[in-house]
Amino acid sequence: MSFFLVAFLVSTIAAATPLLLAAVGELVVEKVGVLNLGVEGMMLSGAIAGFATAHETGSVGLGVLAAIAAGMAMALLFGVISLSLQANQTATGLALTIFGRGFSALVGARYVGIPAPTLPKLHLGALSDLPVVGPVLFAQDPLVYLALVLLGLVAWGLRSTHLGLILRAVGDQHNAAHALGYPVLGIRYAAVVFGGALAGLAGGYMSLAYTPMWAQDMTAGRGWVAVALVTFAAWRPFWLLVGAWCFGALMYLSLYVQALGLPVPSALLSALPYIGTVVVLVLISRDARRIRLHRPAMLGQPFQTRG
Amino acid sequence: MLKFEPRGAESPFWRYAAPVLALLLTGVTAGLIFAVMGRPPGRTVYTLLVAPLLQQDGLEALVVKAAPLILMGVGLSLAYRANVWNIGTDGQFTLGAICGGGVGLAFPDAPAWALYPLMLLAGAAGGMASGGVVAWLRVRFNANEILTSLMFAYITQYLLVWLVTGPWRDPMGFGFPQTALFSDAAQAPRLIAETNVHLGIALAPLAALALWVMLEKTLLGFQFRVLGQAARAARFAGFRETRLIWVAMLISGGLAGLAGLLEVTGTLGQLTTTLSPGYGFTAIIVAFLGRLSPLGVVPAGLLLALTYLGGDAAQINLGLPNAITGIFQGILLFYLLGCDILLNNRLRWRRRGPVPT
Amino acid sequence: MTHPLPGPLLQMTGMTKQYPGCLANDAVNLTVERNQIHALLGENGAGKSTLVKMIYGVTRPDAGTVIWDGAKVTIANPHQAQRLGIGMVFQHFSLFETLTVAENIALGLGSAAERVGLRERILRISTEYGLPLEPDRVVHDLSVGERQRIEIVRCLLQNPKLLIMDEPTSVLTPNEAQALFGTLRRLAAEGCSILYISHKLEEVRALCSVATIMRQGRNVASCRPAEKTVRELAEIMIAADLSTPTPRPARVGTARPRLVLDRLTVRSPHQFGTDLKDISLSVAGGEILGIAGIAGNGQNELMDALSGEILAGRPETIWLDGQPAGHLGPRERRLAGGCFIPEERNGHGAVTTMTLAENALLSGFGQGGLVRFGLIDVGRTVAFAERIISRFDVRTSGAQAEARSLSGGNLQKFLVGREVLQDPGVLIINQPTWGVDAGAALAIHEAIMALARQGAAVLVISQDLDEVFVLADQVAVIAGGRLSAPVPTGSVTVEDMGRLMGGAAHAEV
Repeated sequence: MSFFLVAFLVSTIAAATPLLLAAVGELVVEKVGVLNLGVEGMMLSGAIAGFATAHETGSVGLGVLAAIAAGMAMALLFGVISLSLQANQTATGLALTIFGRGFSALVGARYVGIPAPTLPKLHLGALSDLPVVGPVLFAQDPLVYLALVLLGLVAWGLRSTHLGLILRAVGDQHNAAHALGYPVLGIRYAAVVFGGALAGLAGGYMSLAYTPMWAQDMTAGRGWVAVALVTFAAWRPFWLLVGAWCFGALMYLSLYVQALGLPVPSALLSALPYIGTVVVLVLISRDARRIRLHRPAMLGQPFQTRG
Repeated sequence: MLKFEPRGAESPFWRYAAPVLALLLTGVTAGLIFAVMGRPPGRTVYTLLVAPLLQQDGLEALVVKAAPLILMGVGLSLAYRANVWNIGTDGQFTLGAICGGGVGLAFPDAPAWALYPLMLLAGAAGGMASGGVVAWLRVRFNANEILTSLMFAYITQYLLVWLVTGPWRDPMGFGFPQTALFSDAAQAPRLIAETNVHLGIALAPLAALALWVMLEKTLLGFQFRVLGQAARAARFAGFRETRLIWVAMLISGGLAGLAGLLEVTGTLGQLTTTLSPGYGFTAIIVAFLGRLSPLGVVPAGLLLALTYLGGDAAQINLGLPNAITGIFQGILLFYLLGCDILLNNRLRWRRRGPVPT
Repeated sequence: MTHPLPGPLLQMTGMTKQYPGCLANDAVNLTVERNQIHALLGENGAGKSTLVKMIYGVTRPDAGTVIWDGAKVTIANPHQAQRLGIGMVFQHFSLFETLTVAENIALGLGSAAERVGLRERILRISTEYGLPLEPDRVVHDLSVGERQRIEIVRCLLQNPKLLIMDEPTSVLTPNEAQALFGTLRRLAAEGCSILYISHKLEEVRALCSVATIMRQGRNVASCRPAEKTVRELAEIMIAADLSTPTPRPARVGTARPRLVLDRLTVRSPHQFGTDLKDISLSVAGGEILGIAGIAGNGQNELMDALSGEILAGRPETIWLDGQPAGHLGPRERRLAGGCFIPEERNGHGAVTTMTLAENALLSGFGQGGLVRFGLIDVGRTVAFAERIISRFDVRTSGAQAEARSLSGGNLQKFLVGREVLQDPGVLIINQPTWGVDAGAALAIHEAIMALARQGAAVLVISQDLDEVFVLADQVAVIAGGRLSAPVPTGSVTVEDMGRLMGGAAHAEV
């Protein structure tokens, strides 16, 4: 039983980490009033950039940095088109996803089925050897902890710092923020690029730690799930953690049930996390007034200065 | 410093020139990428975009590839005009193929005159059911259709995998994940004998024409346009948003389902684990390249079909992965969206504004 | 706060700003002396807002020089304006609904040093100047007057030398306005000049020592307002003899009611909206009922509940021409004889990116065979739009012009024409002349009165008390989602109305 519990908790946390990273980034982006639906594309770019760099240089650290940089570059592209050129954000996000899939598939064609260095797990001596608690809490890879730290920082920053106040203000009423002299576009660019960095990192986590290899479309819709998580959490950071863990648990269970050899076809079990996402979205969205209460008022609205 | 200045009204010139400019920029960017990859840009672009057409049966391959893209793109152009963001047409395409194909597999001995119309109906119904669920979740539970339609695309794909690896697997198929071949009666009728030019090639432009008339000439179409441009004004006029969402999802889903059925009965001949090579996302680009006008979707569909042929040609003739299709489609959509700023803005060279003292 | 340097505080010459298709400011001059309350007068669209936005650094001028405190400056952004000592209170407040009072004020301050001990300073300034505020309340719960006080306190925290007030009393009750004048006079006496933008001539005469008058983007006069009559000021401002609408003969008292509300109670669908509570009224054919009130007291909800955009639930709460209509949508209410003109033109009453012909179809699709068998008859639709354009003197290039190419006044005339030409039995109009020039306002008022003369029941919702008094036979006040009992216009004074607007909803007039 304790073996199952450990496996369950460890796998859940690992499966939740890329979702959490990408969702924290998207949360910041949406808080300033921008809807970037290209998370999937940024994650794929991060995944291949991280994997290729780690493979070529032999350094996981460089791989992680490359994953972040790739996500940022993609986000910048999104910024130019949707912020500077004021294109529809929904459509631009889709373009980013399409481009990211193509780009990662093209670059990744050479890397299918080969190994790369993997992100090591931390080992904290005696702490890591504790039963149950050790492997779950003290022997994960560093990005798992980084994701949690980033979540805490973003939650604290948005709520308690002046910078966070400015970000919330820009997402609440961009014209008023502009009238007060805040550089709305600049702030939005910064948030979008930050979101890209985290999405790229999430992709890097996929290809360097979670399933250390490259496969075409390996994120399998996780970017979209991350976008859904932000709505699920009603733009409150700590609820992202709840959502990411639930989703991670669902993914682990769908694999576990397959391994048990229950008479349920594996293809249908694999669909479970997506069905779960739909169910959660429906449950959450039902209360339209509550969604509106938390939703940044400027979400998806282009900002245009006159004069 | 280059600055955009609002024009005050939409420019009729750039309405048509912007997509052309986007195409040109995409071509130039493609050339640059090839140059970086160490390939001669001119010859590579030629191999990708011109050579496939000059081959024997090149035009035939083009229209066959374009038919599903046009059918799906036409439906999307309607939905997007109403701000209904159906991005899961792959799922509707697949469910249409499953439902219609299922009918064909269930009655292998039925006569063609009875069977094929029934399959068409089942295909369209499958797509409409898939789209309808998304509409219902949006209207009844306020669930974002972007996310739900995409999630259903993943779910439908797993359903397909289960069917062709499980209950519907061809017992004579040596264990391959595929169904039996459709009977002759269950094949899409050919417009030209001995070719792949099937019924769908005629249906696609007809659907485009029908939806164009609907969108531009009828009160129902006017309601879609008002809803997309000013939802508040639609409410003021008494146009019911929920009904329009239903119609948009049913039409775009139904057309995608039809496209799926025509694709499996017209070219594939059976159900396998992958029916759509990313048509769902490509159809989005088709819709935008066609300026969200059903008639514009026809040439746009042909052009995007060419990028698929080009991708295959690149793989065969140049040893490039056919993923470059996706890259160019993405770049094209970026340029299309970016160039649209010229519709309502003009580009001006201006001296820098006053600087802080 | 007084300054040793001689000469004016602010001197602007040749200020010019060109927007596409509109020269908003054409070589405008403005001089503000120290300790002065200076009025900037002009009607909507005269260029006042553009000029002050250039002072505050929101908009960059194309040409012109600014001399501030004796030195030539270029004001690049609001932060720099604040550093120079310029504060501004906007007409449409630049506040953040979901943030608290203190957070809103903190956002308006330039540096971290200024935010030290902010709560205490907010409290001190607000008591000192009679501007009561609670720092921890969230803005969306506050009244319009309280919101304005946030903006003023935000400016005062920076010890400004010049405070710009853009149409400050348009959102205040008469009592609140008097209190504001007291604060402004005190500030001027302490050395802070005030630039007071308004088109309300009475208050300018009472408050300001000097007035600069603008018309069509230019200076037209400078004077001491106390030495002029209201009529003289108005004639300079509008450059025409003021014709008043022809008075209507008194209403025939026995007409049957065409619009009846019976205890209409509606929950607002908007996040920070106002619920309507127990609203009852009756408007007879030929009668105009005016509903006055400060913005945000349920006017928009009332408009939407009447037009059918919000359903009222029980059918019997709304009667249109004798037919219960509470459960009907906008389409069905139009069939029952109702026509509606909402406050917001852009994207509500009109689709700005569509042509005038398409906009004519927007509410007219049920009339005159514009649509047959589901197909739009383009010829008839264009003809309908052209009839509106010619009957209501809409200045435009034609029925195929996009709605956004029209000025506010012309678009409003088009929208009023669209509804009036449908010959409604009941017309409901919210803010008929908001942001509209004087000429168009007059035309709109005449069209409304003519419709009433023909026997229609008209309900006018307006925040402009003068407009309500000009148009209405009966008046009522909406405050906090409740409506006072309607009374004949002749029997109430502005003071009575002001008291009701301040929230004394249950008091009998």
